[in-house]
Amino acid sequence: MSDFKVATMAEMAAEGKSPDVLFWVGCAGSFDDRAKRVTKSLAKILHSIGLSFAILGSEESCTGDPAKRAGNEFLFQMMAFQNIQVLNGYGVKRIVTACPHCFNTLRNEYPELGGHFEVVHHSQLLQQLLNEGKLRIEGGSFKGKRITFHDPCYLGRANEEYEAPRALIQKLDAEMLEMKRSRAKGLCCGAGGAQMFKEAEPGDREVNHARAEEALELKPDVIAVGCPFCNTMMTDGVKHYEKETQTSVLDLAELIAQANDL
Amino acid sequence: MIEQIAFALALGLATFLFVKSIKRIRRNIFLGRPLPLNDRKSERWKLMAMVAMGQSKMVKRPVAGFFHFLIYAGFVLINIEVLEIVLDGLLGTHRLFSAPLGGFYPIVIGFFEVLAVAVLLACVVFLYRRHISKVRRLNLREMKGWPQKDATNILVIEIVLMLALLVMNAAEGAFPEPYQTPAPFLVSGLLSPIFAGWSYESLHILERICWWGHILGILAFLNYLPFSKHFHIILAFPTVWYSKLKPKGAFDNLEAVKKEVELMMDPNADPYAAPAPDASAEPVKFGAKDVRDLSWKQLLDAYSCTECGRCTSECPANQTGKLLSPRKIMMDTRDRLEEVGKGIDAQGPDFKDEKQLLGDYISEEELWACTTCNACTEACPVNLDPLSIIIDLRRDLVMEQSKAPASLNAMFTNVENNGAPWQFSPQDRGKWAEELSQS
Repeated sequence: MSDFKVATMAEMAAEGKSPDVLFWVGCAGSFDDRAKRVTKSLAKILHSIGLSFAILGSEESCTGDPAKRAGNEFLFQMMAFQNIQVLNGYGVKRIVTACPHCFNTLRNEYPELGGHFEVVHHSQLLQQLLNEGKLRIEGGSFKGKRITFHDPCYLGRANEEYEAPRALIQKLDAEMLEMKRSRAKGLCCGAGGAQMFKEAEPGDREVNHARAEEALELKPDVIAVGCPFCNTMMTDGVKHYEKETQTSVLDLAELIAQANDL
Repeated sequence: MIEQIAFALALGLATFLFVKSIKRIRRNIFLGRPLPLNDRKSERWKLMAMVAMGQSKMVKRPVAGFFHFLIYAGFVLINIEVLEIVLDGLLGTHRLFSAPLGGFYPIVIGFFEVLAVAVLLACVVFLYRRHISKVRRLNLREMKGWPQKDATNILVIEIVLMLALLVMNAAEGAFPEPYQTPAPFLVSGLLSPIFAGWSYESLHILERICWWGHILGILAFLNYLPFSKHFHIILAFPTVWYSKLKPKGAFDNLEAVKKEVELMMDPNADPYAAPAPDASAEPVKFGAKDVRDLSWKQLLDAYSCTECGRCTSECPANQTGKLLSPRKIMMDTRDRLEEVGKGIDAQGPDFKDEKQLLGDYISEEELWACTTCNACTEACPVNLDPLSIIIDLRRDLVMEQSKAPASLNAMFTNVENNGAPWQFSPQDRGKWAEELSQS
């Protein structure tokens, strides 16, 4: 099942083809070992339902999100300029990404700079495929499991998408639990705004510990996430409380891939 | 007649001073950078109706929201009675609206009295929350000193004003026969028995003292507003109208940078086609060091903040003991703007001093603690945007001063050289796909 090749845009273009959707993998999804598992899961799901997709491969670059949030507007716009040239060069219309930071930047900040695409987060694409009957989710392995969802800031508050991830979890026949602070009131994992790439400022505790503690109060089997940075932060937080044997942190794509035995 | 003249003078003076203050604040706000915000008008009116008039975000915290609504409704509706008081003062009449309204008049006044009691109650609850139960967000570091005193002043003044109104009506309600009056009214009528046995003269003097105390108190309060966080009762409306309408995650793309990047990256761009630099023009700044580098909207936000601290209480950095408080960002911006405004009043528009917002008011440590999670902007009952100020100050630190933390500089280098925030080869981007087909 997993033995398939993911095409790049360059390969597709050479054959005179273009995919239905470009899978924007993002830096974490390309290089971080944990996030790569999410990337592979999503690729498997898209392949399993026969959706035509491609990646940019080595032609993809950082969207510039961490640079922009850190105040380096120059670097951000340079990255945006390059990426938009590549994307427009291939005539890309539709983009899916498993990173809410890439999603937000591509969707909200690129249009003014000349990049006009329909950009969806993977939870939105999967929900849409589900609604269209193209994707089926087998509840089996997660039936009755306690699952809570940690809203990524850049999917939730930043872009007001709260329901798509929950709709996917519902399909797992799991017991969906909500943290005290969820949806618009969801607490950040602590990684946004380029915090991922620096030490936290002095304080009395780490943001990800606070958030993991809140999630662990629900005694969940799974903390579902929709962002590679949240994934790292929540995984660290769960380890901090030594609960990694009871509670796993999994991306929405991993949940569905596992449920569907991909 | 003397009373009328005294009243007209007091009203004239109060209006004059208030207009002067408004002009000062308006001037200060427009020290900010221009920013066109007149698009999508119908959406803006709707937003203002919902968020400012309808208090839709206030009630997300039901206790504070409910009592705030009482004060808000009281403030708006009791103004109708203030109109009568002003007309009475100018024309030398007494309860001008009572004859035309007839039997309806005592009902209207009774309704206002109920509101006055509600306002009184709400103010007592708020004093309790602030000083006795000590709600955390109302007692954080940046509230020490004047901000806390300001908040207390407002609540006490409102209590005094409402008491004056009720005692005034109660005294009148106790007037003995044959002094005709539309009183007693719904609430003050219950208080009138306190004055049993008082002579008409004493009651009349008490009624006059309360009448004058109430209206002079209102005029004084009006002139306190522009020096207080309570100015939000006016600015909340425009500030919501000019809210950010884009998704919260969309940060502005700096125009100045756009031009530079185009020149640098676009092979077709002709650098000589750029207009000759205007020698008199200010050099382009990237980001903000001081209040005049911020937009007028950000400065309007600063004057609109009523220091409720909902932003700070939702801030993940603040909750975990970091120095950052989004409320302090707003307060510092306003305080610095006031300082610059005073300097301009004293020394003219070219005023310069040794201080600036970045560093002297807001420290780097505060700025670098932000996760840009938008909890603050979501929590703000009037859609203020402290996050945009944080980002503009970070931009100055990074692009003008190269003062990012070392680890962020390393990240920038990686993004620039490798196209990723970590040190990986761009050639390996597709490696996961190879692993996939091999697995």
